[in-house]
Amino acid sequence: MKETVLKIENFSKSFEMHDQSKLIPSSSNVNLSVVAGKLTALVGPTGAGKSTVLKSIYRTYLPSSGRLLYTTRTSNTIDLALADDHQILGLRENEIGFVTQFLRALPRQSSENIVAAPLIRKGVDKSLAIEAARKMLQNLDLPERLWQLSPATFSGGEKQRVNLARGFVCEPRLLLLDEPTASLDEETAERVITQINALKNRGTAILAIFHSPQLIKRLGDITVELRSPVDPDTLVQRRH
Amino acid sequence: MTKVLEVRNLSKVYGPSCMECYESTGPEFSTNICPACGSIVAAHNISFDLCKGEILGIMGESGSGKSTAVKTLFFDQEPTHGSARFYDSNQQYDLFSLNPAQKRNLRNHRFGMVYQNPGLGLNFNVSAGGNIAERLLMNDLRHYQQIRDRACELLSRTEVAIARVDEQPGNFSGGMQQRVQIAKALAINPPLLFLDEVTTGLDLSVQAAILDLILEIQQEFETAMIVVTHDLGVIRLLAGRTLVMKNGRVVEAGLTDQVIEDPQHAYTQQLVASAL
Repeated sequence: MKETVLKIENFSKSFEMHDQSKLIPSSSNVNLSVVAGKLTALVGPTGAGKSTVLKSIYRTYLPSSGRLLYTTRTSNTIDLALADDHQILGLRENEIGFVTQFLRALPRQSSENIVAAPLIRKGVDKSLAIEAARKMLQNLDLPERLWQLSPATFSGGEKQRVNLARGFVCEPRLLLLDEPTASLDEETAERVITQINALKNRGTAILAIFHSPQLIKRLGDITVELRSPVDPDTLVQRRH
Repeated sequence: MTKVLEVRNLSKVYGPSCMECYESTGPEFSTNICPACGSIVAAHNISFDLCKGEILGIMGESGSGKSTAVKTLFFDQEPTHGSARFYDSNQQYDLFSLNPAQKRNLRNHRFGMVYQNPGLGLNFNVSAGGNIAERLLMNDLRHYQQIRDRACELLSRTEVAIARVDEQPGNFSGGMQQRVQIAKALAINPPLLFLDEVTTGLDLSVQAAILDLILEIQQEFETAMIVVTHDLGVIRLLAGRTLVMKNGRVVEAGLTDQVIEDPQHAYTQQLVASAL
């Protein structure tokens, strides 16, 4: 029953900066598993490459090495590092959700439309999608008077609620969360925790970055600690 | 995903062209002019797929070959090499081996093009409504009232005041001309739409209105589009995937967020770092 949705083996990512002829390591030698209905918590100091792991799974970053084996709803295994762009677009639409640290959405769109958009793209009827979006915004306690407005003028916490609602509403098979409660007050954070637990109960596999040890204890089923990658330049210096 | 267009090894050379043209031009040489024969290699080895409802961005500086690539696909120019296959509902067309009548047929019935310069896409000697009617007539809509109704519907869709349907586009502002051009391109609900620098030179509020319109059209009709622009903001907003061109070559191709956040090629890194 508890199937592995994502298995990462020896993943590394470094950035090659051409103008400075530099190779900047970001994540190195990461191994982890994400299981259906469970939450894997990624922990480690700033700069350990936690967000890099999430962005590489979503392919906003191109992995440098290693395997990211994802098992689809139809039990196909795809190495996300090698999948072609259309395959990734299909997975983003139907299976993998990502709530980043900051909301990025089409400008000039109402909050409820932003939240409903992934459902509509999946083919859900527009009025049903808006209904689901409103329900999720209510669950996350975004005041109803804001639903019709664009989040451009919202506070950080309000934007984050729109961001989370959009990630939660389509119940992805794999959900990536980058510090989902960072800008929220305690009460809203509790509501987010309730939603995360609800998704887990319905079988979503979650990979999340949290900073609060309390949250990790409450939500995390598996904890993976990342260490800062060693910069090859400093290695050379140490030797001297 | 349903494939709409498959382009392979598309090349376009202006001039006599010689054996060295391809080997001595490109980003490594920072030029698209062949040092041996002076030919201009406007585009070389362009390959990509485009699926239904997808917007592909082609980004690059002036002279990088991005418009040339699109113009060959719309039959404005003849390619030097390469192939392009258009997948229609239950037919396929090998675009570059069609005869002129077949090409005209696809241009009139299945493709839409919006040029940076409205003068290329619109006939300034007839009214805005007439421009749209021209395209409807080609598609066997013959009844006057039907044509007029459809023209008005399209103009209101693109937010051009219907009261001005009988005016010539020359009387309109640049942004309005662009919207009439889009209305004309859309008149037949083409499954494939080419947009060449459609918002360049327009003021910001008009740009926003046109970009929103393009997204609405994509969602409503699942139109496949190729958007050519040098504007990173337009790419970020519209395109799911992006090709980056320099000196006639594709230097990078990928998901738009990846191209912007994790650019691989030196030129793309420079381009992204230069964004305002």
